[in-house]
Amino acid sequence: MSEFSYEIVIGLEVHVQLKTKTKLFCRCRTEFGNPPNTQTCPVCLGMPGSLPVMNKKAYFLSMRTALALNCGIPKFTKWDRKNYFYPDLPKGYQTSQFDLPMSEEGYLDIKSTKDEFEPRRVRIIRAHLEEDAGKSMHDEAAGKGDSRIDLNRTGTPLLEIVSYPDMRSAAEAKAYMQELRLLLTYLDVSDCNMQEGSLRCDANVNLHITTDDGVIATPIVEIKNMNSFRSVERGIEYEAKRQYDVWQETGKVLGELPKQTRGWDDSAQVTRSQREKEESADYRYFPCPDLVPVIVTDQQIEEVRQEIGELPSALRERLQNEFGLTVYTADVIVNQGLSLVEYYLELAAAAGDNKLAGNWVQGEVLRILNDQEIEIEDFPIDAGRLAELLKLVQAGDLDSSKAKDVFAAMLTSDSSAADVIKELGIEKVDEGALEALCQVLVERNQRIVDDVKSGNEKAVGALIGQAKKENPNVNPGQVRQICLEIINNL
Amino acid sequence: MSLTRQDVEKVALLARLKFNEDGLDKMTDHMVQIIQYVDKLSELDTEDVQPMAHALDIYNALAEDEPRPSLSREDALKNAPKRDEECFRVPAVLGE
Amino acid sequence: MSIIQKTATEQLALLNSGELTSVELTQAYLNQIEQVDGQVGAFLRVETESALAQAAAIDQKRATEAPLGKLAGLPVAIKDILCTKDTPTTCGSRMLENFQPPYNATVVEKIRAADGVILGRTNMDEFAMGSSTENSAYQTTQNPWDTARIPGGSSGGAAACVSADMAPLSVGTDTGGSIRQPAALCGCVGLKPTYGRVSRYGLIAFASSLDQIGPLARTVEDTALLLEVLAGHDPLDSTSVKQPTPAYSETVKQPLENLTLGVVDRHFGAGIDPEIETAVQSAIQVYESLGATIKHIAMPHADYGIATYYIIAPCEASSNLARYDGAHYGYRTDQAEVVAELAEDGSDEGPLVRMYRKTRSEGFGEEVQRRIMLGTYALSEGYYDAFYLKALKVRRLIRQDYDAAFEEVDMIIGPVTANPAFAQGEKTSDPMAMYLEDLYTVTANLAGVAGISLPCGFTSSGLPIGLQLQAAPFQEEKLLRAAQMYQAATDFHTRRPELS
Ligand SMILES: [Mg+2]
Ligand SMILES: [Zn+2]
Repeated sequence: MSEFSYEIVIGLEVHVQLKTKTKLFCRCRTEFGNPPNTQTCPVCLGMPGSLPVMNKKAYFLSMRTALALNCGIPKFTKWDRKNYFYPDLPKGYQTSQFDLPMSEEGYLDIKSTKDEFEPRRVRIIRAHLEEDAGKSMHDEAAGKGDSRIDLNRTGTPLLEIVSYPDMRSAAEAKAYMQELRLLLTYLDVSDCNMQEGSLRCDANVNLHITTDDGVIATPIVEIKNMNSFRSVERGIEYEAKRQYDVWQETGKVLGELPKQTRGWDDSAQVTRSQREKEESADYRYFPCPDLVPVIVTDQQIEEVRQEIGELPSALRERLQNEFGLTVYTADVIVNQGLSLVEYYLELAAAAGDNKLAGNWVQGEVLRILNDQEIEIEDFPIDAGRLAELLKLVQAGDLDSSKAKDVFAAMLTSDSSAADVIKELGIEKVDEGALEALCQVLVERNQRIVDDVKSGNEKAVGALIGQAKKENPNVNPGQVRQICLEIINNL
Repeated sequence: MSLTRQDVEKVALLARLKFNEDGLDKMTDHMVQIIQYVDKLSELDTEDVQPMAHALDIYNALAEDEPRPSLSREDALKNAPKRDEECFRVPAVLGE
Repeated sequence: MSIIQKTATEQLALLNSGELTSVELTQAYLNQIEQVDGQVGAFLRVETESALAQAAAIDQKRATEAPLGKLAGLPVAIKDILCTKDTPTTCGSRMLENFQPPYNATVVEKIRAADGVILGRTNMDEFAMGSSTENSAYQTTQNPWDTARIPGGSSGGAAACVSADMAPLSVGTDTGGSIRQPAALCGCVGLKPTYGRVSRYGLIAFASSLDQIGPLARTVEDTALLLEVLAGHDPLDSTSVKQPTPAYSETVKQPLENLTLGVVDRHFGAGIDPEIETAVQSAIQVYESLGATIKHIAMPHADYGIATYYIIAPCEASSNLARYDGAHYGYRTDQAEVVAELAEDGSDEGPLVRMYRKTRSEGFGEEVQRRIMLGTYALSEGYYDAFYLKALKVRRLIRQDYDAAFEEVDMIIGPVTANPAFAQGEKTSDPMAMYLEDLYTVTANLAGVAGISLPCGFTSSGLPIGLQLQAAPFQEEKLLRAAQMYQAATDFHTRRPELS
């Protein structure tokens, strides 16, 4: 069979665990990693007679997020039950939102710092609140025996953010996840820890293949269990190739097969079909009679809007336009998170040089953060101390290689830049002493003087080498300039 | 509106119930009777009527995000039909 | 006159004056239970030891002149649907045979805080689904007026124990008439409060948007006293309303002036037992003689009440009862049988689904399974609009009927049931006939309004007849005062069944 070109069509459903102290419908804590079944009460155990009461903070954190995603906030929202049986769902239904979610119709803009794709606006269908299920632990290899159920996580508030199928490559999907995560951390609404499951992603993927008879679509597959940005990218890439191969083999197109769910196996780097359900899903959604609707006012929505600080996209523009940073530097700094941006802003103000500060943060500071795997909060040189160093660089008192030496020494001491320079013995050489040294060197090297006089300015380089031997602290640029002046005046 | 034995069987799976042959016949019989009765609602024109899910118009019952003590693990697990030291135990979720 | 024949209000006066102790009173009721409950079967469990211990503690408290709660040593019987910490709470179901909740229902806390003595747990239709208390997994309850007959349901035990002097006060629940209908059939008073008036926290749900807890007693005054204890906003129940609780027991004896009562003509005539019609018409005349004005009102959608109810209630129930799956508490089927079945039939149904289905089919009785099936069907794909959504719309029409009526009248007066207590087993094989028992009561639940049932006569064969008054939301105070006016003018409530 011949090869056809195709486009990958991707929509993401992202579940974000909201940063509340307590669960969505009871006041049990939401801490991660506590011993099994120590964080439950009659409500989240689904005990007979227990009743849910909505967590106010969860609602308002959701609204903050939805507004930041440019969503509309309906004045009326309600809770629905999604009915299905599963042992990590003790009530036999998940309390979620069906036809009247708390927000709808927004978007998130994504772009690539490495030019992997054109900038794109990913539209958001809706973001709604729902409760998390518990955890079932099973030995899948053995298959027999019991599953063990831990209900600590049951009832934790989740915001489900559903995108339109607007992404066209695995790189775009990964960028969407990264930009969303960044936004959520700027909003301070979630820990966004993918390993701990506080940010989870399901992808709906299919292909639009251009055949000789026009474009066909492959059946949609939902991929689950992608627990890192890398697995989002790899999972989708794998699935695209797999769907293409299956289509070549079977010719089945959208509508000819039911929607399939496949799990990403990170160790094997493949998606695997999850066991088909015994029946087609029929969740029998209906309004939860135990919870009452929420009605918000324009004023409340405005108040929440005011709480939202400057978001990544706006900051990127400000760093480019007001601070004169390159697109790349602005992206790198903003993408690291709000704390690094704040560090940068403080450094730039104290050093009085926005670009120099930008280069240092994007270069040296980030290199250390990455090497040492630390956050900016734990970075040993505060913005004030680094600003002093930058001022010396700016004044020409330190060349860039010396400045890096000073920077390295400051990482392991509390000393100021000036003190480190003294300790290292690399103080700036006195102007008079430098001129005297240059005078001696010129007198000693008649051949070089001749070369320079005959038009070969480069020859002066040998004098710089000699000057460094005499005093390692001399500034090579200055030596060059002074020596040339002396020679030209001869 | 007609309801067949097969329909009832499908509903039974959705509801996680199971009937033997006689039980299924009887259930089908009773359900058909009841559904015929409740079908009298279709006499009414409800085109412009707002559905009423709650008995009263109550809104915004919201609680502050302040933790309260959870149950002890022993209390959480004490009614479990099968359990171990830490967890509820159920037949294998996956596999045959 | 023995102490247990006095009203709770009279007993309270004796307790407060020191002429009676709570232990004496509690013991008197325990003796009566011992004597007659063999014939009635009102109690699933009598909590003798803890009742006497509570009574002694309250007597002790009284001796030290510590302030006492409103019930101050009065015994209360509790329907076995209200969670009581570390005590069996079965809901009349095999499913919860060994279930001991790790918490108390709010009303249980309130009764304790009011110094009530919890006597024991009364029988009920399984998960409150039924009108005869024949659907209990454990026992039937007999009508004290004729033990060959049913006491009504689902709060059959709650009504029968009051009627047979086994408890002065009793707590029931009403989803479609489950307090008012057994109160009528057993000849006592039962009140369904406005939806949201009493906290449902700890009430094992049948149909959450219809369920409401309420008091049963022999007199209106006693009913007012218990309602005062049960009512009030509860932050643990989102549907509980922030309304202050009036002092019902203090105002109950104040007659209402210029009372206007609404009569729905279609409540009478075809379908209703003539003796009941006569009794209710006489009650209406009593009100007229007390100065009330009678107005004829139309409740055009009342006839659709049962159909609406038998969609909404099963839909909610199918979801509320999904939690009984044998995973976390309650009954679970024998795993060895599941494994054996698996080996035998080789279908692709996994062990977990088999466990669920077997557990639920064995743990639930027939009526409960029928309602789960109905609700699951009515919510399922393709049927939601025709059944559930349609029913929610008709529910609105029924509510609008009430709103319009209460523009014109203070209360609606009429029968509670079309027939007196029927024979045990008479309707068990005909679910539709059983469902029609709630004809006059379900609309109050659908609309969320308050209703009370009180004795208004007897049939020629000596069976009690009930009178129903319904009032607009949160008008319980007026409802009780109107009921008390009638009771003060009549003596039906003073008659007692004869049990050997
Ligand atoms: Mg979801
Ligand atoms: Zn909890």
